[in-house]
Amino acid sequence: MIRLTPSFAGQFLGIGGLFVGLNSLTMTVCAARIGDITETVWQTQAIRFLTLADPSVRFAVFGTVLLGIVCGLLGGFLVVRRMSLVGDALSHAVLPGVALGFLWNMEKDPVAIFIGATVAGLLGTGLVHLITRTTRLKEDAALGMILAGFFGAGLCLMSMFQRLPTGNKTGIDKFLFGQASAIGAEDIRLMTVVTVLVLGLICVGYKEFLLVSFDPGFAKVCALPTRWLQHGLMLLLTFSVVIALQAVGVVLVSAMLITPAATAYLLTDRMHRMLIYGALIGMLSGVTGAFLSFLGTHLPTGPFMVLSASSFFVVAFLFAPNRGVIPRWWMARSQRVRIVRENTLKAVYQILENEEFRRESVSLRELAERRRLTFDEALREVRSLVSMDFATAVDDLVALTPSGWQRAASIVRNHRLWELYLTHAVQMAPDHVHDDAEKIEHILGEDAVRQLERRLEFADRDPHGRPIPAVQVIHGRPNGNREKRATGYGKSS
Amino acid sequence: MSFIPHFSAHQIFIAPWTTDFSLYGWMVLMTFLVGAACGLVGNYLILRRMALMGDAISHSVLPGIVVAFLVTGSRGTVPMFAGAVAAAVLTTVLIEVIHRHSRVKQDAAIGIAFSSLFALGVILIAVFADTVDLDQDCVLNGELPLIPLSPPMTLAGMTLGPPAVVRMGCVLFFSCGLIVLFYKELLLSSFDPALASAMGLRSGWIHQSLMIWLSITVVSAFEAVGAILVIAMLILPGATAALISDRLVVRLGWSLVHAALSAVLGLHLSIGLDCSPSGAAVVVGSFLFGVAWIFGPQDGLVSRWWSRKERGPETLV
Repeated sequence: MIRLTPSFAGQFLGIGGLFVGLNSLTMTVCAARIGDITETVWQTQAIRFLTLADPSVRFAVFGTVLLGIVCGLLGGFLVVRRMSLVGDALSHAVLPGVALGFLWNMEKDPVAIFIGATVAGLLGTGLVHLITRTTRLKEDAALGMILAGFFGAGLCLMSMFQRLPTGNKTGIDKFLFGQASAIGAEDIRLMTVVTVLVLGLICVGYKEFLLVSFDPGFAKVCALPTRWLQHGLMLLLTFSVVIALQAVGVVLVSAMLITPAATAYLLTDRMHRMLIYGALIGMLSGVTGAFLSFLGTHLPTGPFMVLSASSFFVVAFLFAPNRGVIPRWWMARSQRVRIVRENTLKAVYQILENEEFRRESVSLRELAERRRLTFDEALREVRSLVSMDFATAVDDLVALTPSGWQRAASIVRNHRLWELYLTHAVQMAPDHVHDDAEKIEHILGEDAVRQLERRLEFADRDPHGRPIPAVQVIHGRPNGNREKRATGYGKSS
Repeated sequence: MSFIPHFSAHQIFIAPWTTDFSLYGWMVLMTFLVGAACGLVGNYLILRRMALMGDAISHSVLPGIVVAFLVTGSRGTVPMFAGAVAAAVLTTVLIEVIHRHSRVKQDAAIGIAFSSLFALGVILIAVFADTVDLDQDCVLNGELPLIPLSPPMTLAGMTLGPPAVVRMGCVLFFSCGLIVLFYKELLLSSFDPALASAMGLRSGWIHQSLMIWLSITVVSAFEAVGAILVIAMLILPGATAALISDRLVVRLGWSLVHAALSAVLGLHLSIGLDCSPSGAAVVVGSFLFGVAWIFGPQDGLVSRWWSRKERGPETLV
């Protein structure tokens, strides 16, 4: 005979219409009656979960949604303050409090557990603070010690508890790795109260919490009660850990604080958005974890929640706009390609310039020599130009199109302007400025160019005596006259 | 049956060393070996401010062990060590990758990496519960009481003792050997990494070797005390010793004393309260830290209070 999951039994009873809102104790007792069911089919379990048919599933879903919101929200404050591992220590330190809460009246009383765990968590973080302040030990050692010391004490208490005749039936062992389907009506009530409290306090005191987190010194100057705000935040964090215990388990609660918030941190720069995203991701991973663990018989919920949160993190790590590994790789790559293309254009321009623009096209051979490339490589670069419509190639002659001409001239202009700027304004020797200009020419924006031109009084020669293409040249004729000085950049030539 | 068992001095203090010695002797020895081996490497972790890497690695060896078990189907020493070392290296690499390629800071990177790996390990255990000779309880609590019951290992006709104890003894011996051989290098790179690399020591190599050393110690201790209490064994002896002395050799010595005391007193506590022996050892270890914190020669709360009193009230000028 296998032991049924409480949710399964709950469903059985739910159909029978006997009870609504059972706690895990009655479920375990009743499970013995339908012990002849030997297999849990995951498809039926999935349907049962998705249709929210029985109360224990509804409790589980609602509970994980609440804890995901609270943990994801408050984790944001930990992650931005580089205090993630405080969350780890805090979450392990609550265990003796949980055990003592059980001991209070020998059953799973959510309020007693809540109080015990909160006190133990605050005691643990307080001790960490005290150890780092009064000894030479650093924070990492203090955190590790408190984490493991409190956890050891909790395990001792739990092993004493489980020895008692009633000990094994109360489901205290579910607190280690979490079981969402053990969430009962009373738990839900408590979780709702705490969630509303946390959300309300964060909304009301958002500005103050933000200031204390990012700039405690300034907060103090603003006459905010910084110390109380920090303690308040720590208390809210402890609350969030404690309400998550039942579903996630003591061992992995810290991950529900850290991972969703870190994922949100990759997605945005603004704190309020980060908190909202963190809450959403926490909620999604909570429900996904509850769903996955529901599919099997003895699967703990906590690890599944943590793994779903981690997969969200991996997705954000790889694909987050602007900051993800792949978008950044793509941007770097397209920038490299652009730089090569611009260097080719510049080479064509310089070849034409050496012959004072008497020709319209250059041969592939000349280009390869100028760029110090093999014939094939030069051909590849020309193809890239042609594909962007910057040049046309007939036989082995390359001619720039108007847009290619504009681009080439502006790159040459950027280069020579920068050389001139370095020699004039920064007073570098003229033979030292080329390498720097080689890099900056691809980056200078139109704004910066205009400022440079003004500052250099529309000079028309670079330090090496070569002409700087003016705006008319860039937007118009190759051998355009330079009498009229540019006053600004318009679209028309 | 009450929550706190009836107190019996004979049963708690005398029986373990006389009639029940064959059972408790191995347990005490094993706890001492775990505490000593972990404490030695833990001293270096504390010096290098890497205590939380110990936290991370002691969690993340779990999937390594489970995968090694699933692949080889045995709980042999070599596959377990190989799995643990691979998992430890994977953890450091993951932390480094997350930390370097995104804006997520190192603390969050540590938290994400080890919790994911640990979660993976727990799920593997739950899914392959029929085939894996580990359960979730053992992961947290260890199975110290079962160690004396396993058939003793024999080598060349000599009966040595339970295999876990022999393995842990070898690891302790190996740790002592490492410290004796590389004392200077470890000392220098822990206290002054810049000078160490200027003198030609490869800091990256030392870091990775320390991680491998740590993972081997952790995996052999894992069986006795479980994933989370390993952290206590890693940090408590070193932290207690750090409050007693400034010199590294002396600290190493004190951490061995701490390991021995918490093994013996922990045993008595666990018999007295009839609770988890590894948990009891950690509670005693934390208590010893508390004693050192209050009465320590320099940093101790009492001596700080005393010196402040000697100096008299602080004047404003």
